[in-house]
Amino acid sequence: MGRIFTVFHALGLMLVVFSTAYLLPAATALIYGDYILLWDFLLTMLWTFSAGSLMWLLTRRFKGELSIRHGYLLVVAMWTAMPAFGAVPLLMMIPDLSFTDAYFETMSGMTTTGATVLTGLDNLPPAINLWRHELNWLGGMGIIVLAVAILPLLGIGGRQLFKAETPGPMKDSALTPRIAETARNLWVIYAAITLACILALKGAGMNWLDAVCHAFSALSLGGFSTHDASIGYYNSPLIEFILIVFMLIAAINFATHFLAWRGKSLRTYLRDAEAVATVILIVGSCLGVGFFLWRQGIYPEFWTALRHASFNLVSMATDCGYASVDFNQWPMFAPLWMLFLSSIACSSGSTGGGVKMIRTLVLVKQAGREFLKLLHPAVINPMKIGGHVVDNNIVFAVLGFIFLYFVSVASLTFVLLISGLDFVSSFSAVIACINNAGPGLNQVGPAGNYQGLTDFQSWVCVVAMLVGRLEIFTVLILFTPAFWKR
Amino acid sequence: MKILILGAGQVGSTVAENLVGEANDITVVDSDGDKLRQLQDRLDLRTLTGNAAHPSILEQAGIADTDMLLAVTQSDEVNLVACKLAASLYNTPTRIARIRALDYLNRETVFSTDNFCVDFSICPEQILTDYITKLIEFPEALQVLEFGEGKVSLVAVRAFEGGPLVGKPLSFLRSHMPQVETRVAAIFRQDRAIIPEGGTVVQDGDEIFFIAATDNIRRVLKEMRRLDKPAKRVMIVGGGNIGRRLAKALEHDYQVKIIEFNKKTCQRLAGELTNTLVLNGDGTDEKLMQQENVEEVDVFCALTNDDENNIMSALLAKQGGAQKVLALINRSAYVDLVQGGKIDIALSPAHVTIGSLLAYVRRGDVAAVHSLRRGAAEALELVAHGDRESSRVVGRRIDEIDLPKGATIGALVRGEEVVMGHHDTVIEAEDHVIVFVTDKKMVKKVEKLFQVSLGFF
Repeated sequence: MGRIFTVFHALGLMLVVFSTAYLLPAATALIYGDYILLWDFLLTMLWTFSAGSLMWLLTRRFKGELSIRHGYLLVVAMWTAMPAFGAVPLLMMIPDLSFTDAYFETMSGMTTTGATVLTGLDNLPPAINLWRHELNWLGGMGIIVLAVAILPLLGIGGRQLFKAETPGPMKDSALTPRIAETARNLWVIYAAITLACILALKGAGMNWLDAVCHAFSALSLGGFSTHDASIGYYNSPLIEFILIVFMLIAAINFATHFLAWRGKSLRTYLRDAEAVATVILIVGSCLGVGFFLWRQGIYPEFWTALRHASFNLVSMATDCGYASVDFNQWPMFAPLWMLFLSSIACSSGSTGGGVKMIRTLVLVKQAGREFLKLLHPAVINPMKIGGHVVDNNIVFAVLGFIFLYFVSVASLTFVLLISGLDFVSSFSAVIACINNAGPGLNQVGPAGNYQGLTDFQSWVCVVAMLVGRLEIFTVLILFTPAFWKR
Repeated sequence: MKILILGAGQVGSTVAENLVGEANDITVVDSDGDKLRQLQDRLDLRTLTGNAAHPSILEQAGIADTDMLLAVTQSDEVNLVACKLAASLYNTPTRIARIRALDYLNRETVFSTDNFCVDFSICPEQILTDYITKLIEFPEALQVLEFGEGKVSLVAVRAFEGGPLVGKPLSFLRSHMPQVETRVAAIFRQDRAIIPEGGTVVQDGDEIFFIAATDNIRRVLKEMRRLDKPAKRVMIVGGGNIGRRLAKALEHDYQVKIIEFNKKTCQRLAGELTNTLVLNGDGTDEKLMQQENVEEVDVFCALTNDDENNIMSALLAKQGGAQKVLALINRSAYVDLVQGGKIDIALSPAHVTIGSLLAYVRRGDVAAVHSLRRGAAEALELVAHGDRESSRVVGRRIDEIDLPKGATIGALVRGEEVVMGHHDTVIEAEDHVIVFVTDKKMVKKVEKLFQVSLGFF
C-alpha cells in the first residue's frame, strides 16, 4: 500500500495550491476594513498551507507517477478534503453553525450546487459572501483541472486526473497536444467570460461586490446569491437577461468556446450538435412554459409570464439554481419539467451537471437504432452525432452511466424517505443535488432552503452532490472490490 | 504525338487502345510486368516495368521528348509526383493526372504550377457517378451526355410501342411538337446505323439518338415511349469507390439502400453517408433483396468490381421485380452479351470515362468527346475558329460543309444560346459545334475539318 502515500503527496501539494484561494476574501476583508475577518482568513490560509506542505514533505519519499486507480482516489480525496478546509472560515465567523451545515454549504459551493443552509445572506460580511461564491467559481471548471494547468509537476498522471474530473462521456479529444496547455486554455476562457459577466452586471446596476459574486456563481452555474431573495431581490429584467445569456454560455462545452475563440468563428457552435440541442431545448421550453403559465392565468400578461418562465427555467435547466420568483407555487407541470431539464440539458464539458445532453442524444439515437434494426436486420448503422461516428464502447458506457444515475437517484430518495422527509421534497432534493442544480420543491424549494433538514439528511445530500459532480463512476469505483485488489 | 501513359490498369489500357490507332507514339509504364506484356501483345506500343514516380524510370520511358503525360495509376500520390517531376525536371508540355481523393480535388491550388503542375485532373469514378446519376434522373434513357457546359444533351433512347412517334416518319416530330427544338442525330436498327432523314420511319425497338436543350429532354423522350414515373427508390450493390460516390450524390433526392459484403466497408460507408440505409450482405442474396423490398425499387445498380456478380445480382433484381436494372461490366465481351436483354443498361466504365480523357488528347479545339454504343460511335463538341478564309466551317451553311457520310451536325452552342443544326444554319466563329459520328473512323476527318489553316496565324 506504499503507493497510497503517493496520493497523499499529490494531495498535500493541491492543498497548498488551494490555500492561495483564501487570498481573495482576505483582500476583500481588507478593502471593507474588516480586520478581524482578514486575520481569520489569513489564519485559515496558514493552517491549510501548513497541513498541505506537511503532508507533502512527510510523503516526499513516495513521490512518483500516479497510476489510474490512484488518480481516482486522489480526485475523490481532494473533493472530500477541500470542503472540510473551506468550511473553516464559515465555522469561525458564523456563530451557531454546526460542522455538518458548514460542510454542506462548502460542498454545495464547490460542486456548484448552490443549495444553502444559511439565511440572512444579505447581512453576511462581504468577505464571507465572496468566499462562498469563489468556491462556486473554483468548483465550476474544476480545482484539479486548475491544478493540472498550473502544476506541470503532476506530469503524466495529469491526463487521468483531468478525465476523472471533467464531465462528459468523450474526453479523449484533446484540444491541444499537452493536457496542461488544454487545462490552461479552458481556465483562461472561463476567466475571460467571467470578467465580461462582471462588467455587464456592474453596468446593469449591481455594486462591485454583487457583480463579482453573481458573475462567479453564474459562470460556474453554482447559483449562490448574496441575497435571500436570490435574483428576485433586484427585480430587474436587464439583470435577468444578462444572467440568462451567461448561464446559457456556461451550459455549453468550454472546449467549443475555446475552438470558437481560436477559430474566430461563431460557426463552431453550429457544428457542435450538443450545444445546438442544448440551446434549442432550453429556448423551446422557455416559450412553452411561458405560454403555459400565461394560459393558466398565473401571470396576466404573456411577456411577464415569459420573463419569469425564462429566467427560472434557464436557471434550473442549466443547473445554476437562481430564483426570481417562487416557482414552487406554479402548477406542478412547470417545476417538474424544470427539474427534468436540469437532469439532461447541460452540455458535457460545461460547468453544469446532470447526465449531460450528449448522453441524452446518445440514448435517443440508440432507441432509433434499435427500431431500424428491427425493420432491417442486415442494416449497419453506427451511432452518429453531429456527423461523427460514436464508438459502440461509448454507447455502452453511456448506458451504464444512465443505469447508475437512476440507481443513485432511486436509492438516495429512499434513504431520505426513510429518514422521514416527504416524497416531493426527498425526490426533488436528490434530483437537485445530484444534478448540482440547487433548489428543489416544497421544503427545499426556492422559498425555503436546506436548513430544515436533519444532519443525516444533509449528509445524504452531500453524498448526492459529490456523486453528481464527479459523475458517479469516479466516486463509486472506490467502493468496488476490484479497485482495492492488486 | 509522343504520349507517355503511367499505369496500365483499366483506364490506362483503354486510353492506350484508343490512342494507338490515331498515329501516336505511345509508351506505357506500370509496375506489373504481366499486364504490360498482355497490352503489348495486342497493341503496337512500347512498355516499361517500374515505379512510375521514379525519375530514372521516367527518363528511360523517354519523358525528355514526350508531348503529353497521362498519369493514370491507381495512386493519386504517384500521379501527382509524376506530374510534378515531368514539369520541373523535363518540361513536359501537357500533364494530365487521375485524381480520386476529394481532399485534393477540393483544393485547386494543389494542381497549380507552383505546386503539383497538373494541367487537367480527371476522376473516372466521378465521371461514372455523374453518368449514372443522369440515367437515374431520366430512367427511360440509355445514355445522357452533356455538351456546352450542360446546356445541350445528347440522349439515347429505345423507341417502344406507345410513343407517339413510333410507326411515323421523323418529320412528324416537327408538326407534333412545334415549340420544342430537337434533332435526331442517328438511329440504330439491329446494330446498323441509319442516317435519319425526314422520311425515316421510327420502328419499335430502334435505338434513337437525339439532341435537345437539356430542359427539353423529358418532352422529347415522351415522343419515343411511354414515360415511367420518376424514380424514387434506388438500390445499390457494392459500396466501393463508385457505389459510395453514387449513394452520396443521390441520398438527398432519392431513397437509397446500399448493399455491401464487407462489414468494415459497411461501417465506413455508414459513417460517411447521412441519409442512406447501409446493409451488410451479399448482393446476390435474393432473400436479402426480398426482405429489402426489391420489387419496389425503381433503379437497381450493381456496381461491385466483379462482372459476374454484377450480372447475376442485376438479373436477380430484375426477376425480383425491380423496375430498371443497371450493371457495371468491365469486360467488353460481356457488355455486348448482356445489353438489351434482361439487364436494361450494361455500363462499361472504360467507355464512359474515356471521352473526357480523349478530349484533352485530341488535336483541334475539342471541348468534349463522348463515346457511344460501347465505343463504336462518338459525339464530339468542337469549337470553330477563324473566318471564311482560314476555316473550312466558319461562315458556311451546314449543307455546304464537307462532312464525311455518317457524320451529322446536331446543334450549336452560341454563347448562352442553343441553336439546332438545320441544313441552312450558318456557323459562326467560336460556336461550339456538336457533331455526331456513327463510325469512329471518321473522327479524324471531322477534326481536320475544324482545324484552322496556317494562314490564320
